[in-house]
Amino acid sequence: MRFITGDPIDHAALLASVQAPERGGVACFLGLVRDHHEGRPVLRLDYSAYGEMAEAECGRIVAEAEARWRVAVALRHRVGSLAIGDTAVAVVAASAHREEAFAASRYVIEEVKRRVPVWKREFYADGTVAWVDPTAKLQHA
Amino acid sequence: MTAAAPSSLTVRVLLFGSYAEGLGFETLELMLPSPATVAAVVDHLRSLPGGHQLPPKPLCARNLAHASPDEPVADGDEIAILPPLAGG
Repeated sequence: MRFITGDPIDHAALLASVQAPERGGVACFLGLVRDHHEGRPVLRLDYSAYGEMAEAECGRIVAEAEARWRVAVALRHRVGSLAIGDTAVAVVAASAHREEAFAASRYVIEEVKRRVPVWKREFYADGTVAWVDPTAKLQHA
Repeated sequence: MTAAAPSSLTVRVLLFGSYAEGLGFETLELMLPSPATVAAVVDHLRSLPGGHQLPPKPLCARNLAHASPDEPVADGDEIAILPPLAGG
């Protein structure tokens, strides 16, 4: 798979994959596993995906960004059991200048969160486990 | 000779995360009267044991792309019912 991986994300390899002499601005976004969720201490996370669709959707998002801005984009999302501080997602956008690199990397991470079928199960310090539902807060607000 | 219009179609349903836990399975071959939509697949699933845990309009995908409830389904399609996405 090109975008979804069970292995630790190699930041340097991702950077190298989009670096080129004409690209002087590189923006990188990393999403790391956080040790708390809505005030509750978190010990670790399990990420799972609808692998085939996640690959396809990541491919569409990267293609959209590369069509909209003059950038080269690298994207990885990790699945499996992750510890606090592990990189869950990485986006690197390289362009001639910083404006396009920032814009493209922001677009890609926002679309990944909105469209790519990935789920996470949080394991809390109190022994409980829950599927994370980012829409729950909105519904109850 | 013209073949009679097929009166039913079969789709492969995939469930994930909390929805797979709620209904107790991850995949299902489902036969539906033709024509059918994504919403018809969801309605059938909601009638199964544990199906009340599915919202009336969950996020769905047809053949690896997001699909609206009124999108028609065809014989052999893969229909996935997606819990709230939590990537990133």
